Amino acid sequence: MQNHFPLWKNLLVLIVFAVGIIYALPNLYGDDPSVQVSSTHPAKLAQEQANKIESEITSAGFKVKTFEFKDGLVLARFNSADDQLKAADLLRDKMGDDYNVALNLAPTTPTWLRSLGAEAMYLGLDLRGGVHFLLEVDMDAAVKQAEERYNDDVRLALRGEKIRYQSVSKDNGYIKIKLNSADDKPALMTLLGKDFRVLDVTEPAEQDQVWLKLSEKEEREIRKFAVAQNMTTLRNRVNELGVAEPVIQQQGENRIVIQLPGVQDTTRAKEILGTTATLEYRLVDVEHDVQQAVAGHVPVGSRLYTERNGNPILLDRRIIVTGDQIVDSSSGQDQDGRPSVNISLNGVGATKMGKLTQANIGKPMAVVFIEYKTETKLVNGQKVRHKEKVEKVINVATIQGVFSHRFQTTGLDSPQEARTLSLLLRAGALAAPVEIVEERTVGPSLGQDNIDKGILSFVVGFALVVLFMAVYYKLFGMIANFALAFNVVIVVAILSMLQATLTLPGIAGIILTVGMSVDANVLIFERIKEELRNGVTPQSAIFAGYDKAFGTILDSHFTNLVVAVVLFAYGTGSVKGFAVTLIIGILSSMFTAITGTRMVINWVYGNRRVEKLSI
Amino acid sequence: MKTTNINFIGNRNIALIFSGVLMIIAMGSLAVRGLQMGIDFTGGTLIEVGYQKAADLTVLRNTLDTQGFNDATVQNFGTTKDVLIRLKPQEGISNVELSSKVLEAINKNTAEPASVRRVEYVGPQVGDDLAEDGFLALLYSTIGILIYIAWRFEWKFSAGAVLATVHDVVVTLGLFSVLGLEFDLTVLAAVLALIGYSLNDTIVVYDRIRENFRELRNKSTEEIMNISVNVTLSRTIMTSLTVILVLVSLFFLGGEVIHNFSIVLLFGVFFGTYSSIFIASPMALMLGISPEDLMIPVKEGAELDGRP
Repeated sequence: MQNHFPLWKNLLVLIVFAVGIIYALPNLYGDDPSVQVSSTHPAKLAQEQANKIESEITSAGFKVKTFEFKDGLVLARFNSADDQLKAADLLRDKMGDDYNVALNLAPTTPTWLRSLGAEAMYLGLDLRGGVHFLLEVDMDAAVKQAEERYNDDVRLALRGEKIRYQSVSKDNGYIKIKLNSADDKPALMTLLGKDFRVLDVTEPAEQDQVWLKLSEKEEREIRKFAVAQNMTTLRNRVNELGVAEPVIQQQGENRIVIQLPGVQDTTRAKEILGTTATLEYRLVDVEHDVQQAVAGHVPVGSRLYTERNGNPILLDRRIIVTGDQIVDSSSGQDQDGRPSVNISLNGVGATKMGKLTQANIGKPMAVVFIEYKTETKLVNGQKVRHKEKVEKVINVATIQGVFSHRFQTTGLDSPQEARTLSLLLRAGALAAPVEIVEERTVGPSLGQDNIDKGILSFVVGFALVVLFMAVYYKLFGMIANFALAFNVVIVVAILSMLQATLTLPGIAGIILTVGMSVDANVLIFERIKEELRNGVTPQSAIFAGYDKAFGTILDSHFTNLVVAVVLFAYGTGSVKGFAVTLIIGILSSMFTAITGTRMVINWVYGNRRVEKLSI
Repeated sequence: MKTTNINFIGNRNIALIFSGVLMIIAMGSLAVRGLQMGIDFTGGTLIEVGYQKAADLTVLRNTLDTQGFNDATVQNFGTTKDVLIRLKPQEGISNVELSSKVLEAINKNTAEPASVRRVEYVGPQVGDDLAEDGFLALLYSTIGILIYIAWRFEWKFSAGAVLATVHDVVVTLGLFSVLGLEFDLTVLAAVLALIGYSLNDTIVVYDRIRENFRELRNKSTEEIMNISVNVTLSRTIMTSLTVILVLVSLFFLGGEVIHNFSIVLLFGVFFGTYSSIFIASPMALMLGISPEDLMIPVKEGAELDGRP
């Protein structure tokens, strides 16, 4: 029997259609501007804290649409973005460091759809507004730091084993050890074989020397670790920034993508993501004369620093505590109302600090704020990587009593600076400096504009094609139009299911798909017309049209697909979004334009005598 | 539409000369004027700001000039209220802080503070990578297609299709160069989409030629090609029209960001349609394609196997 689908095929099309509609549906519901509050500590928020947040919002006179508390997370939905921003500012002020306040667009998808796992498409930054950063990790710096560490470790180990040496120095990627006498060499080799296996050993002609180098494997590990560690730190920092749904991904070997939807204050975001700031505590050298040091005679055990007010100061070379020994920190005010940072140290740091303060009561101690900046500049048309280490003494105070685990540091310019510093200390240090190599910010008004324009051009484009097909191919054209709508529903449903990112070029991709996916139907219908002209009966013409056009459709769509896949593989950001919609569109249009239209045409013309086709 | 009977293949020289001239102009312009590369590929900073009233570009230009941003280009973007400021990678100035400095500068001399609609900064090292990735995408998609068509059809078809596609891409890029339009990542994506579309069209014609090679045994290669192009003509035009309809809608309603994207595809669809009618088949013909190339090899004793 010609032009009749078995039951399973009809059911298949109808089921796909129904599933498509269900999963495309959430996109019709909008978003509520909302504020999300979570705890900055591992412990989740408790009911009473949630109540406090709610009372803060309502007592300030904000109208809350709904207030939800689930899994230690508070979500307050508002009627306007204005209320949302003001309420978030209020909460940040009132609730302090223990709470993380983030802006969010909470979907209004009904519960029954959400229970099916149906969610709206994930909008890209060009549609929802926000910042996209691409950070490059300075891997060479990480390797250099490791070399420095090994240099110190080797020296310490030599001292520990009582092997006498003239020098241990870094030279061109090598750590060069020069012994006092060649007789100690066997002992040195034993030590290296035991504790420093990751270093490659070279023995130069000079009998009293041994050169060490990081093995290739170790260097690879260091590079890998630098990126992994930086990802963790950046994730912590982003969480501290209070952004809902941030994206942090590794791209390539040494780059990290960070996307912060809804963030507008890019200066602060850049400051927090890009800086490698830490603190060091050192004793002040009171025995030597500062002026002589400025003149060039810096004593061996000291280093010259500059205070905030520009005065020079001599500090002890040895560090008491470094930033990686800080386990927690928060910002606040001291008794006099000056901005301060409260520091908590780990065991090792606390012991050191305790011993030192005990031995040095009455002596001054300095806090050094260190910041690394890396950036690539153009100098005479050449790319030059420029590194800067900024060290400032932010505070000098006399040690009044013994302290170890917890203490306070003051000397910061503003509460804002105190907050940023405590955030950076809390989130951990970056293992290697990072540099922002790409930034794309889209304001919220442009995002909404893009959505509106995208939807408008889609509707108009769709309507034009529908009209054109209906006029030219009559009933068959209408059936093709049905398949076209079906195709759009499926594309949207699949994008929603995959939670793929929809971008403006992505919308353009869907629109383009609308124009191109009727191609399959045009091929089939033209073939049917051709068969009719050759005098074939209507039923056979339908059959032959579909049959003969199938191979052509397959070949032509497949080449299109090859290009789209390459585009996906090599595209970045919004271009990838375009490729995704194109790929899904091409695949689903083959189903809707061939199987979908055939089903309806079979219903209309199948199993009966037909004199004439409306084509 | 009735089936036409136009002698496309017989008059192929007219089309080839026309295309040759177009190619020369396009390549000449690409060589002399080059493409106006966007910051995606050159690196640099781009700032789009919006005002409530029409912006005075002269004031903005002068302000930026006196503030030391003398290489900044300032122009309207879409409407007179929107302004696009473009800066090359700056010598010596930190690029990360550049955008905030520029905003500070332009807000000094205007009554109304600009609202930031978009900021893009691309570092020099990223620009190079994006350009390289873009080039590789073009290269690999071309190779992928060559292989697929060579496998499904025959190498002469494959070469013909690729030549026709290269023709479309070069002419479109040439037009971009002549008109001085900006070439950025989105435009590159459109060029790739155009490759896909142009091939799609060509394949449909080739597919019919292959079919007719096998069915119309008593006709010459040239005649078969002509018949094939003619019978697929109505579908070629119909599909191009539907695509052009959506592109026109995108061009007029999709906004500035998508403008150049739609221009590439509009040109591309136009030339893609032209080339699949006038160029692709003559190319395969000139490469010496003949029905024998596409015969299904007949196995010895195949007829006997078919019997029960």
